[in-house]
Amino acid sequence: MAVEVVMPQMGESIFEGTITKWLKKAGDKIERDEPLFEISTDKVDAEIPSPSAGVLKEIKIAEGQTVPVQTVVAVIEADGAGARLAAPSAIAKAEALEGGPAPAGVEAPPPDDEKAAPGPVPTKKDPQPGAQETAAAAPAPPRAPESKTASSAPPAKSASADAGSREKVRSSPLVRRLAKEHEVDLTQVPGTGAGGRVSKKDILGAIEGGGARAEASSTAAPAAPSTAQSGAGAPAARATIESAVPREKIYFGKYDVQPMSVMRQKIAEHMVLSKRVSPHVYSVDEVDMTPIANLRAKSKAKFEESTGTKLTFMPFFVRAAVEGLRAFPTVNASVDGTNVVLHKECNIGIAVALDWGLIVPVIKNAEEKNFLGIARSMNDLAERARSKKLKPEEVAESTFSITNPGVFGGLFGLPVINQPNVAILGLGAIEKRPVVIDDAIAIRSMVYLTLSYDHRVVDGAIAHQFMAKIKHTLENWIESIL
Amino acid sequence: MAPVTMLEAIRQAIFEEMDRDPAVVAIGEDIGVYGGAFKVTEGLLERYGNERVIETPISETAIVGAACGMSYLGLRPIVEMQFIDFIACCFNQVTNFVAKGHYLWGAPAPMVIRGPSGGGVHGGPFHSANPEMYFAHTPGLKIVYPSTPYDAKGLLKSAVRDNNPVLFFEHKFLYRRIKEELPAEEYTVPLGKAVTRREGRDITILSYAAMMHTSLEAAAELAKDGIEAEVIDLRTLMPLDKDAILASVKKTNKLLIVHEDTRTGGIAGEIASLVCENAFEDLDGPIARVTSLDTPVPYAPTLEEHFLPNVAKVAAAARELARY
Repeated sequence: MAVEVVMPQMGESIFEGTITKWLKKAGDKIERDEPLFEISTDKVDAEIPSPSAGVLKEIKIAEGQTVPVQTVVAVIEADGAGARLAAPSAIAKAEALEGGPAPAGVEAPPPDDEKAAPGPVPTKKDPQPGAQETAAAAPAPPRAPESKTASSAPPAKSASADAGSREKVRSSPLVRRLAKEHEVDLTQVPGTGAGGRVSKKDILGAIEGGGARAEASSTAAPAAPSTAQSGAGAPAARATIESAVPREKIYFGKYDVQPMSVMRQKIAEHMVLSKRVSPHVYSVDEVDMTPIANLRAKSKAKFEESTGTKLTFMPFFVRAAVEGLRAFPTVNASVDGTNVVLHKECNIGIAVALDWGLIVPVIKNAEEKNFLGIARSMNDLAERARSKKLKPEEVAESTFSITNPGVFGGLFGLPVINQPNVAILGLGAIEKRPVVIDDAIAIRSMVYLTLSYDHRVVDGAIAHQFMAKIKHTLENWIESIL
Repeated sequence: MAPVTMLEAIRQAIFEEMDRDPAVVAIGEDIGVYGGAFKVTEGLLERYGNERVIETPISETAIVGAACGMSYLGLRPIVEMQFIDFIACCFNQVTNFVAKGHYLWGAPAPMVIRGPSGGGVHGGPFHSANPEMYFAHTPGLKIVYPSTPYDAKGLLKSAVRDNNPVLFFEHKFLYRRIKEELPAEEYTVPLGKAVTRREGRDITILSYAAMMHTSLEAAAELAKDGIEAEVIDLRTLMPLDKDAILASVKKTNKLLIVHEDTRTGGIAGEIASLVCENAFEDLDGPIARVTSLDTPVPYAPTLEEHFLPNVAKVAAAARELARY
């Protein structure tokens, strides 16, 4: 019996995924739960196990293609009576959002986008207070057709403008009938149903509001001025992966063209937006790690033996950062327009370098964890980041982040803020250096710490006091680690 | 008048109809001296004598065959199946003779086959069936499945008076659980008419029999979240009240069908088709259904609970549909 394998839904807010790699080819035998393919979504990369034992009969979706969740990606001829994997829900059966045309360049967005430009353009991924009203002024965000951007040849400008330029809007039979009867352009109606679907409520609102609706809601827009997140609207996001120079200046000599992975594209968008939205200021501090280095050297074997987890320097920095965040809550914040959102939890994002990119899993509620708890969850998250086993919620809701360029030998780094945080701590390499102490020169284990912070919210005085708190905590370490 | 159980309401209907029309007779296993497995026919033998209250051996085929012959000759038999599961024994009689006589020979078979059905009482695979759809599929039969004592009495009286064979399903979970005051005066409830048990604007829940009560409870839960569900009790599956179904779908634009019958081939699928054919452009979401699983009714209580729909399952499906 044939079993259909579908693109799984890797989190509530995720509606599509890209197949990055097939681990089996058609005709291969496969066991149930054996890894079948790898996917990349907005949030995580993951290995997908086979729903059934049998023979992989057909691969329907090629590597590099992006499809809505529940799309059938392969068919397995199962041994005996297999069960069909997750009958596709009607939600997923309905037509998927197809990509609109990619804007040819930053300077020429589609006309609809211009209308919406003054207001924030909420994305589906980032619902936020006020989004509903402002969304009325915004067009349904066109999704970038990933499979197209992945084409290896440099596409001609005209080609990208006409291919697949029709955008489908998720709605329902009722909504389509009402739209026809009242001559409403569904692409102009923001959807609040599941998956951004235009629901009955949405279209009735649009019909009631008539043409005036768009006007009225755009005047409401200033109530929630553009922020990092609202700026992450689709048109802007597309612009971030545009080139800074005309395309013809890029291709010369001999070259290979590699399409960006989904993860690479997300990182690119995120970094450009962060730099654009947050005025970064940097401060650098030097910390004497000698006592901690000694403690670690002395306790490492015993710690690892009794806890079964590695003893690295990182948990010391996380603990110190938490102390700093508790003393200076402004650093543990996000910006929503003219509001500063002060987070009560200290959720610490830890940048983990991967062979194929970078991901920032989050230690949730680090303020409630002791040293061992932090060490354990950090090692677990890093391990699963490398084996592509993270869950979407484990890379979300950070309130502060730490990155460790020192691990690759960097003296110090000036990291880009991980939105929606307002600061990120960079750790340099821990090295023995000659240091003057009381007019004597001593050999000490030293590290440079850098803080990149968003000057909209965090001023230099706070940033330096925050760093001083971290420095003091580290240099005067008192917490027992076992 | 004191509130009565569904059992008592059914008993009253049989007595009243036998009083009203001497052509009405009762036939079945243990319905005389013993008064029936659920005591529905208690006192019937004493009152009407063994010419009109006929006790039979354990042979459903013989019972329905005899009733079929009686109905051709002008009587209006009320057949009791001790458990409706065993109607399967007389599938041939019901589908080939009782259902077709009127069509083939102009000889109506005005008979009622009634009996306890449904699960939720840990009756196991042979005493918990919901076999309504085997017969809803057979042209010539009417299928009634009430959810309240009032309806059970009124519908049974209509069934006895109907000139077509009627299968009358009595959900045994409801026999003693639901009590209701009945009117002192005579009344009937027409076959083929659904009733709205709760008004709502956001979503329509169609159901019948025990699941109607589950749906009502779920609707009360949903109301706490601001979801106003309209609950419609089908009461009769054949003929189906298409007008009521379509009118409610046109009002709420979202449809959830809940039945205790197993999923595949259940009435939900048929209603979904009906709505797609007649009100597709009124739908604001997929037609959803909550049903029992496609297995025999399990004996183990925990498995039976898992098998049956319940308030949580109905509410979850309704929430998902409302959110759609």
